[in-house]
Formats: sequence, C-alpha cells, structure tokens
Amino acid sequence: MAEEQTPVRGSRPFQPQPWRDRQLEVVLGNLLRAGVLFSAAIVLAGACVYLSRHAHEPANYRVFQGEPSEFRTIRGVIHAVRNGRGRGLIQLGLLLLIATPIARVSFSIVGFSIERDYLYVSFTVIVLLVLLYSFLGTGIGL
Amino acid sequence: MTILTFSVVVAVVSFVAGLLGSLTGLGGGVVLVPLLTILFHVDIRYAIGASLVSVIATSSGAAAAYVKEGFSNIRIGMFLEIATTFGALIGAFLATWIPTSALAIIFGAVLLYSAYLSREPRPEAQRNLPPDALATRLRLNGSFPEHESRRHYNVQNVPGGFGLMFGAGALSGLLGIGSGAVKVLAMDQAMRIPFKVSTTTSNFMIGVTAAASAGVYLSRGYVDPGLSMPVMLGVLAGSLLGSRILVRAETKSLRLVFSLVILVLGLQMLYKGFWGPI
Repeated sequence: MAEEQTPVRGSRPFQPQPWRDRQLEVVLGNLLRAGVLFSAAIVLAGACVYLSRHAHEPANYRVFQGEPSEFRTIRGVIHAVRNGRGRGLIQLGLLLLIATPIARVSFSIVGFSIERDYLYVSFTVIVLLVLLYSFLGTGIGL
Repeated sequence: MTILTFSVVVAVVSFVAGLLGSLTGLGGGVVLVPLLTILFHVDIRYAIGASLVSVIATSSGAAAAYVKEGFSNIRIGMFLEIATTFGALIGAFLATWIPTSALAIIFGAVLLYSAYLSREPRPEAQRNLPPDALATRLRLNGSFPEHESRRHYNVQNVPGGFGLMFGAGALSGLLGIGSGAVKVLAMDQAMRIPFKVSTTTSNFMIGVTAAASAGVYLSRGYVDPGLSMPVMLGVLAGSLLGSRILVRAETKSLRLVFSLVILVLGLQMLYKGFWGPI
C-alpha cells in the first residue's frame, strides 16, 4: 500500500470516512487477485495431470450427463485429489475460486465493523448468508 | 477432436473472448456460452457452468486494478449485492428445470439487447442532482477523482435500481453470465450513478453474484472440470492482458466489431432455441 496517496480531503458531505473505505477496498482487491491467481495455479497443475493422462481420448460434451458425485461435493473433490486425479485438482481450484468472493464479503464485515457502520455490517451478513447457503446448503457441503 | 486439441482450441477462443470483453467493457462471458454451444457443440448446461466459473475469475482478477483508480463504491456494491445474490440463487434453481431450448431463447434475447445497448452511447450522469432521502440514509452517495479533484454524486431511485439488480442477478444465475447489460440499466439509467463508478462497482459485484449461483451449479453437476479448465484459464489470461493494454487504446471500432459478433451469436441462439437441436 506504499503507492497509495493521501486522498484530497473536504467537499464530501455525504460519505463517511471515505479514506478508510478506500484502504479497505485496496486490501480486498489485492486479496481477491491473490486468491484468483492461486486457484488458477491449482487448476493449471490439475490440467497438466489431466492432459498427460487423457490427451488422446475423444472430447465429448454434446450430451449432458451431469458430473459424478466425486466432482460435485467438497468431500468428493478432496477424495479425488488424494487419489492423484487431475480433474479432482482442477475442481479443487474451481472451489477455491468460488470461495474468493466469499472471503471478500467476510472481510468486508470486518471492515464495516471497524468503521462501526452497523447498517452495512448487517447488509454484508445477509449477502454472506446467501453465499454460504449456496456453497454449503445445496449439497456440495461435506 | 481429442481432449488435447479441444482444450487448446477452447483456451484460445476463451482467451480472445476475455481480451475483447475486457477491452470493450462488454464482458467476455456473454459470448462464451453461445460460442461453446454453437462452435463446439457443448451442451448448454455444461457451457453455462464453465462460463459462470470464468466470470468469477475475471471479476475477482480485475478488482485490484479497478480499486486503484478509486472509482468503485463499496457501499453501493454491497447494498445491491443483497438483490443480485438472491436473484442469482433463484436464477440458478430455475435453470435446473427450465428446458434448454428456453434457456437458448432467453440467452438470444439478452445477447440482442446487449448488442443494442453497446451501440448506444452511455448517457453521462447529470451533475448536481439533488440528494435522495433513501440514498442518503443508506450512505450510497459518494465521490470519485476527476481533474485533480473529486466529483461528488447523489444516487437516485434506490428501489428501482434494487429491483432491476434482482433481475440482473436472476439472469446471471440462469445463464452463467455477468449480465453487465442489465446492471448498466439499473445503475446508469435508474440510479443515475456516473458510468465510471457504475462500471467498476458492477465489476466488483459480478464475482459475488456469480458465486451465489456457482454452488448450485457445482452441486447439480453442471461444472465439468475438463471443460471449465481451458475456459477459466483462457478467459482469465485474456482479461488480465486486456486490463493492462486498456484505456488509451482505440476501442470504438473494436466495440463495433464485438457488438456485431454478439448480434450474430444472439440470432443463432434464438434460431437454435426455436428450431434447432440444443
């Protein structure tokens, strides 16, 4: 954050503590990018394993069959990774990718709490609950 | 086609889609699903799952770059995410029982609308609008850097924007796209947010919105690792490169070409939805 400049002050009657907002956003932005690059690295590692084994098989996505349960649940994915499956590793990277916005929302709760903006703490909690429901309540949870 | 060839070709196409989507600001996700279904004969459900995942990657990957410019408004984003995440969850559940031909038709309509919207110049928000009581109470008003100082703006029509955002979230969950076009409608037109602020804030929101439906897609088996891998890596690399070369490049003719591509894909999706096998 060394490259951040002191913001111009004054002439902002309606926004409370914009400087803290911005600090918070910079931290969140970097957090998100790190999460994305990390998950992309895992997907890439999985791709190497997957392609080294299945490169010459025919690709067919014409018919929808739905993924087997090992690629649909967190437990299944972890199991597949332990067995050294390339596609399991890809799926793990994708799970981490889906988790980055969830981490961002969680950190926003902390940020708004520090600012004592309880209205936005409650808004953010609502968003987090929806995300957690989608992530854990629909069957991929353990 | 072997898995190796398929992966390489899909990665290259996704790279170009991510690059053009980022350069034109129209988003790469919107062309991915039609390209995968029309060119590669991928079942639309697999295509939607892969596109959704790549949308999260683009949004989260570009967030840091946007934040540095200081345009995005975290409060507007978080408040409207209540609407988009609920919408996305409902959209994702709808997608699991809507017939694929109907999905294709809705997709075609959204593409045509996006193409139309991209040809319209975006109206610059009027300056010095009076503060709206609800927006003030929700602390949505903000400011952004302009000509060495900061320009203040007052957000309007909060309920209208919130309702449209619910629709944007539902479309995102239903079709696996960022639905930037509807977000423009909500933030630029209804809430009168200056477009620099609305574009960057909307980018921030897209990842959270897509995450709300991604869980449903994953648990229903729509996210195929073999397909999502080249799509996600390609789109991410393309959009990261796009955000580097961005801004000062001549994008007007690029936008025209890209909106023509969107138009053609939209017509093809409609055709496939009504008459073709999908």
